[in-house]
Amino acid sequence: MSGSYCYLDEHDAAVLAAVVDRLVPPFGAHPGARALGAVDYIDGALGAFATDPPRIWAGGPFSGRHGGEASFHRFTPLTRLETLAWRTRIEGSRGDPQREWNGPVRGWQEIYRDGIDALDGDPAFATCTPADQDVRLAAAPRDFRELVYVHICEACYGPPEYGGNRDLQGWTAIEFPGDVQPRGWTDEEVSGRA
Amino acid sequence: MSPAGEERPRSDVDRASGASVQAPLGARAHASGGAVDAVIVGAGPAGATTADVLANAGWSVMLLEKGPNRLLSLDAPYPLLGHLSNDEIKFFRRHFLGPDPLLEPRTYRRRDDEGDRIHVGEVNNLPSGVGGGGFHADAKLPRFREVDFHARSEYGPIDGADVVDWPLEYDELEPYYTVAERLVGVAGDAAANPFASWRSGEYPMPPGADMYGAILTTNAASELGLNPYRAPTGVNSVEYDGRPACNNCGFCGHFGCPIDAKGDPVAPLRSALGTGRCEVVANCYVDAVLVDGSGRTATGVRVIDTETGDTREIRAKHVVLAAGAFETPRLMLRSGVGNSSDLVGRYLMYHFQTFVVGSFDHRLHGHRGRSVTHLHDDHLVPDTTSLQYARERGLPYFRGGIVEHGGGGHPVMEGMFLPHGVAHTQGMLESMMRDKLWAFTMQGEDLPQAQNRVDLDPQVRDVHGRSAGRVTYDPHPHDLVASEYAAEILNRVMRQAGAQFTFTATSPPLPDSRGARYSPAPNSKHTMGTARMGADARTSVFDPWQRSWDVSNLLCADSSVFPTSTGYGPTLTIVALAIRMARELAGLPKLTS
Repeated sequence: MSGSYCYLDEHDAAVLAAVVDRLVPPFGAHPGARALGAVDYIDGALGAFATDPPRIWAGGPFSGRHGGEASFHRFTPLTRLETLAWRTRIEGSRGDPQREWNGPVRGWQEIYRDGIDALDGDPAFATCTPADQDVRLAAAPRDFRELVYVHICEACYGPPEYGGNRDLQGWTAIEFPGDVQPRGWTDEEVSGRA
Repeated sequence: MSPAGEERPRSDVDRASGASVQAPLGARAHASGGAVDAVIVGAGPAGATTADVLANAGWSVMLLEKGPNRLLSLDAPYPLLGHLSNDEIKFFRRHFLGPDPLLEPRTYRRRDDEGDRIHVGEVNNLPSGVGGGGFHADAKLPRFREVDFHARSEYGPIDGADVVDWPLEYDELEPYYTVAERLVGVAGDAAANPFASWRSGEYPMPPGADMYGAILTTNAASELGLNPYRAPTGVNSVEYDGRPACNNCGFCGHFGCPIDAKGDPVAPLRSALGTGRCEVVANCYVDAVLVDGSGRTATGVRVIDTETGDTREIRAKHVVLAAGAFETPRLMLRSGVGNSSDLVGRYLMYHFQTFVVGSFDHRLHGHRGRSVTHLHDDHLVPDTTSLQYARERGLPYFRGGIVEHGGGGHPVMEGMFLPHGVAHTQGMLESMMRDKLWAFTMQGEDLPQAQNRVDLDPQVRDVHGRSAGRVTYDPHPHDLVASEYAAEILNRVMRQAGAQFTFTATSPPLPDSRGARYSPAPNSKHTMGTARMGADARTSVFDPWQRSWDVSNLLCADSSVFPTSTGYGPTLTIVALAIRMARELAGLPKLTS
């Protein structure tokens, strides 16, 4: 963990660090979700609008990892409607009529708040036995469990510019090369067994 | 280049008006109270191709797109904007190509006795933005077969479906297919497929590199008597039309090409823009098609500028719908135009998708190459065995579809597929569901049924307050029997290729399949038939030249007009038909092979 977050506080980050490693634990060559930066990824998603442009869509066309000018770290500006959609998705509709064309929307921030609250207790979630952690997780709201698992997968195996996949260790562990432009693959690499 | 037709302007078109663009065309026409020659709704393959033909014929054209332009600069020489990248989060998880299901939800139910809907969110979403459904696809671009244009005459009726002949034959469309392949740039091998329709010439490019996994499965398919071949693909195998050869990056299907190696619809957009007579307007939501007091003549469209929220009207001499087979009928129904037949929105067809997946004992690196490099067509052609199978199940015949030989998905998707805990971590290290996986996807023919339709949801709204489109869709027994029959064969092929285990899934998911835990809505991106064309105004929405029977200057360029779905990907046929339609509209001579 970096120790400084744009959205999470230290307590929430500590709970989530335990959650992500319980759901995707270290095993063999896989460092597990916590070491891969899943908490940083979640912090970046929940606090996407703390920066401008918001950290929604990485730039393009190249990361610089395989040639070309590095541009993934320059995030893409959003249109008016895209801003409305992503603020609504992350922050929730909060009773704002402009965000409720189909009624209230529960945002990611609220889903995480309720999820972390459900996991809190005595002893603290992070100090529980794995079996007790599983019991509390099973009792947490379903939308939280589903959302955090999606975010963990994105964090571990997505481009590192979003805050996860630290030092490309997620891709290295699973033998995935990630983005490869503009190098690409030779015809022999496409057709051969190796 | 002007690939889709030589310039031969109609006499009633003022060519000089568009020769040197200072102010935007639409702004000029609007300011002067004039009307553009054509306003086109939707900047995907259908709209871009139509704009290309009309602008090169001397027409002034406005190409309207409700989504943003993330594709190419609108200033010569129209380079890519650089937004397309090898980024699974951006393209698979965060709706970069749109439409965002919060802004534009769609709804779904299987039958009208299920209530108003059983699902809200994504339903067959195709990208919403300049380029539309073209540039994100892996660009398999086969032609239809001759029999596809007269399946009703050839095979007879099927109970519960309205299979009809097309109002044109393959021979008439062949020269337009040829132009379409040159325009987009299709790499293929004309001699490879014994079931292919006849063609007047070679493909513009040879095929690209065979993927390793496809070599395994095509060898196995050949050993079992099938006829796999290198897929015709709208991806450059060599430098073509000023664009580079593909470098096999593997982020093909569902991503845009970062290096400009896919031609659809970049090539027609550049050709249209190069005339100086085509204005591309992004972030422009067409709210309604406007007609005059008689109801028989369109006068233009009313649009919402999605960046400002402002509404304005654009006057046009012709309105061409090219918004795809979901949004085109939605717009027609919302506008109340062109529906004297009561068929707008009906006969919605997808492809019934059958996935046969095999897991191998070694890594197949399906992340290298063009997602899919081979097809086979055997299940499109009834034979004595399949006919007997059909009759035993109460059907006169069935037809499946092309089978794509392709690799596994990307790793975020793989992770989400796995359970949590050590099973996740171990599974990711082993990669049985991605790197060691190979998949057949059959795009099975889906029969037209009047009750399968797009209409307007009674409650759910989009961000503009307009009724969401609602899909009511349940596959015909034909589609299920064809799937079941082909799946047994495909599982055998996959095991012959060396798979240690195989399984079958379908889209839409069957109630007892593992796919049932996901959205119940079909996932096929091939959407067709919702405003069918035909020779009789009582039984079709558009005439054989894709002109509305009701509104004489309203046309449709997209796959809404398809009378049947066939078992082939629709895009090349969309482009070929759009060229034919637009040339006729512009008074250009018919093409001959």
